[in-house]
Amino acid sequence: MSLAKPDAQDISSKQKIALTLGVVGLFILSLALLNVDFSNRGWTLTASLLLITEGVILFANDAYLKKSKGIKNDDVWFKSLSSRGLLGWLTGIVLTTFYIVLYFYPHLLGLGKDGNPNTGLVSLFDPLSNLLSGNPASQWFVYGTLYTVAILVFGYKFLLKYRHNRYEQIRTISVMFFQLAFAFLIPEFMARLNSDSFNLPYYDLKNIWPLNYYNFEQYRVDDFISAGNIGLALLIFGVISIFVITPILTYKYGKRWYCSWVCGCGGLAETAGDSFRHLSDKSLKAWKLERWLVHTVLVFVVLMTTAVIYTYLSYDPEKYWLTKGIFLALVAAFLTLIFTLVMVFKRKEFGKDAQYGAIGYFVVIITLIGMHYFSSDTKLFLLEAETLRASYGFMIGSIFSGVIGTGFYPILGNRVWCRFGCPMAAILGFQQRLFSKFRITTNGGQCISCGNCSSYCEMGIDVRAYAQKGENIVRSSCVGCGICSAVCPRGVLKLENDSMKGRINPTEVLLGNDVDLMDLLNQK
Amino acid sequence: MSHVVIIGNGISGVTAARHIRKLSDKRITIISSETKHFFSRTALMYIYMGHMKYEHTKPYEDWFWKKNSIELKQAYVKTVDTSSKTLHFTEGDSLQYDQLIIATGSKPNKFGWPGQDLKGVQGLYSKQDLDNLEVYAPNNKVCKRAVIVGGGLIGIELAEMLRSRNIPVTFLVRETSFWNGVLPKGESEMLNRHIKNHHIDLRLNTNLKEIVSDENGKVKSVIIEETGEETPCDFVGLTAGVSPNIGFLKNTEITIGRGVKVNRFLETNIPNVYAIGDCAEQQETVGERSPIEAVWYTGRMMGETVAQTICGNKFAYKPGYWFNSAKFLDIEYQTYGWVFAKPKEQHNHFHWKHPDDTKCITIEYHKLTNEFKGINTFGIRMRHEVFDKWLSEKRSLEYVIKHLKKANFDPEFFKSFEKEIFTTYNKQLTSI
Ligand SMILES: Cc1cc2nc3c(=O)[nH]c(=O)nc-3n(C[C@H](O)[C@H](O)[C@H](O)COP(=O)(O)OP(=O)(O)OC[C@H]3O[C@@H](n4cnc5c(N)ncnc54)[C@H](O)[C@@H]3O)c2cc1C
Ligand code: SF4
Ligand code: SF4
Repeated sequence: MSLAKPDAQDISSKQKIALTLGVVGLFILSLALLNVDFSNRGWTLTASLLLITEGVILFANDAYLKKSKGIKNDDVWFKSLSSRGLLGWLTGIVLTTFYIVLYFYPHLLGLGKDGNPNTGLVSLFDPLSNLLSGNPASQWFVYGTLYTVAILVFGYKFLLKYRHNRYEQIRTISVMFFQLAFAFLIPEFMARLNSDSFNLPYYDLKNIWPLNYYNFEQYRVDDFISAGNIGLALLIFGVISIFVITPILTYKYGKRWYCSWVCGCGGLAETAGDSFRHLSDKSLKAWKLERWLVHTVLVFVVLMTTAVIYTYLSYDPEKYWLTKGIFLALVAAFLTLIFTLVMVFKRKEFGKDAQYGAIGYFVVIITLIGMHYFSSDTKLFLLEAETLRASYGFMIGSIFSGVIGTGFYPILGNRVWCRFGCPMAAILGFQQRLFSKFRITTNGGQCISCGNCSSYCEMGIDVRAYAQKGENIVRSSCVGCGICSAVCPRGVLKLENDSMKGRINPTEVLLGNDVDLMDLLNQK
Repeated sequence: MSHVVIIGNGISGVTAARHIRKLSDKRITIISSETKHFFSRTALMYIYMGHMKYEHTKPYEDWFWKKNSIELKQAYVKTVDTSSKTLHFTEGDSLQYDQLIIATGSKPNKFGWPGQDLKGVQGLYSKQDLDNLEVYAPNNKVCKRAVIVGGGLIGIELAEMLRSRNIPVTFLVRETSFWNGVLPKGESEMLNRHIKNHHIDLRLNTNLKEIVSDENGKVKSVIIEETGEETPCDFVGLTAGVSPNIGFLKNTEITIGRGVKVNRFLETNIPNVYAIGDCAEQQETVGERSPIEAVWYTGRMMGETVAQTICGNKFAYKPGYWFNSAKFLDIEYQTYGWVFAKPKEQHNHFHWKHPDDTKCITIEYHKLTNEFKGINTFGIRMRHEVFDKWLSEKRSLEYVIKHLKKANFDPEFFKSFEKEIFTTYNKQLTSI
């Protein structure tokens, strides 16, 4: 554009006060980080979190309650924070740094090494951790608390922003609830049950494999088994959630039941990340990259998990009823079943993607066979399963989902991880595309190609490309956030669960046109 | 290989080009003086309000044109020589065509007001208009007040835009109530209140007399016809409708009236010259539709139709039932079939309004047969497909009201109002 970006409106004085409160809250945390010793940690932490909460609440009240209900995207591309301006980059750098420290240098946060007491920021959270689980805090507890606070306070902001839209409201209350109860409180309370003889692993029940890629690692499985009936139930629940619950819910409602209603990563993206959703890349190139990347991660996690389980099954064959041979056969049989089903029933619908699927499938199967015949017990093509696990944990678990996925919110948008990296999203998306009643219906010929929907789609789906053709949107990456439908000024889009028949309706000419012409072009 | 040249890269020209490409390997050139690439005019407001940037309004990525071998030329066509099939550009160069599609859209109406060409006085139609708006009304320091003349769909959009930057807006509307030439009374009055709630100084029954210049040829104030009142302002938006942008065809062989005259096959009087979109004027109107239809989807439909004809499959332009949509600040509006401001002869209106004053519907039906003729809905989204079907099936008013739920297109979990509407309907029945 020839013109410089116009200035964003100044923020009101109430908003300035609110910002100050929030900044003071953060400042207290950073003092703790710099090892300032607060005499009463419990109160200091409470004060700091309250200040942050109060700041966001006041800000949101002033920003939204004074205005009429409706879409509130004025100035989004003028504000420095939300348009990759200076503030956006600074926030990105701060967040990224935080993640690097969190994952790789937790002692800088004050994590006590080798049983030493915590100092700094982590110690500030000791009283809260003690209250909940009876244990001192860890860097993960600090992170979990801040994460939960972020989802709750920015969830509140989101609720006000979309107070004309009940779909958005209910969905947001749902992610706030799952974060607070399932991700934060329940695992802490579960930890209370632990004793010397009874030890449940930390388990966020809504966190399903392969998102929690470590769920079936040996130490966890051993813990589950040793914890008697409860442990066994949890282990079985972990298996059922991916093989039974997930397919059923995704069939009925699409992947949104998880990605924008339950999941913690999605929860943060939808609340704290809401101001950055329009920054996702909508180009065809990005879509191509997405499909390769996310499926590669999926293949990686399947291989890694199989290798890890295979390895410990072969170490201690007596300990488990499952033998490594049967295990491999089960995995291979399951993958073959899926592959055959898709090829038999869905091949036409799914030309190109089926090829990707096929490639991924073959890589996995060949490797499985290779594992069995060409490797020693611990090595897979000369790679230790442990090496696989560690590199997955490092590259995908830490760098991709944390540092890039969240740290880069203000630069790449709020769903980078969900779109390009999350193997759970790949599985759900695969099913959503092929076996689900969910779609976004396009309302006849009403689309005016304005582009609001595409702009605000956090998954970078070019929604307009479908809407302006009168075609329903059935895309594996759609998380069903409903924002495209909300921002559409012409009421063109509706998220729906309906029958599978006619779900995908390629059209050349739209409703409202000459019936003969529609027949001629659409029926060919 | 014949050469199809299209003047205008709006929705109609671009749709024609896309469909001709699908049907043939003709050489295609699209010409526009406005922007290199097709963008969505309907999204101009969102650029100014900061919802989107210019590049987001382009429905196709820039590589699209080359990949589909559609040539683009940014130039202004000065005149057309139909005898030698040549276009002449302002730059002095020229281009030969075998088939010509005129898709030059509209321009804002100016009714000869004194001062209408001053600096800071403009319509809102083109990308250039948007750029000028950034010059004369970038914020409320440069523009202390804006005046909008003409209460239609573009006027209300412009008002919303200026308000998004906290610029005080005076909105001059000639009619007794906002857009009441099109909307029935209940709806139009609801919108009056909605506009005022958004702190827009709405002046009904008010005409513009004159726009006053300062010493630099820039607008200083406007004078109102009825009261003689002078309102100081830094920007005047002229949004009293649009008319076909066909000035460059004046001294050509092509027959023009208000627009380029076309028959039902979108052919002009000259063989191999067609006109589509906002600039086409139907010699023979289609049903209740007006001869010039300046809406998005009719441009698109004409593009689809003319592509068939040009590729050897002669097709008449036959749009189906009328429909349209718009948004008035926070209130979405959709219409299917025909609802007139005053019921047509033999017709009646059924009206329901929600107490919160942001939702209502009006149904037009035949008094004697009760046949459903059309619906206006405000604040409730409806399903195009369902109404299209009901209109073809000639359903009754009662059927429509009873089955309204089927037509609802609001997002999941939204409160629905079918029951209230049904109760209102029953009450009105018994009170007759
Ligand atoms: C602000 C705004 C909001 C709107 N909102 C809606 C809406 O919500 N719904 C709806 O249905 N409609 C809406 N419309 C109307 C809709 O945009 C038009 O009906 C549609 O764009 C017309 O398309 P077209 O292809 O006929 O012409 P245009 O889009 O006008 O394209 C014509 C192009 O030809 C170029 N041109 C003209 N003459 C020459 C020449 N001599 N040489 C070279 N180039 C030339 C012009 O510069 C222009 O780029 C809106 C219009 C505006 C301005
Ligand atoms: S679907 Fe709605 S938001 Fe998307 S381009 Fe069409 S009118 Fe605009
Ligand atoms: S297509 Fe719509 S519902 Fe799906 S992710 Fe994008 S914005 Fe959300």
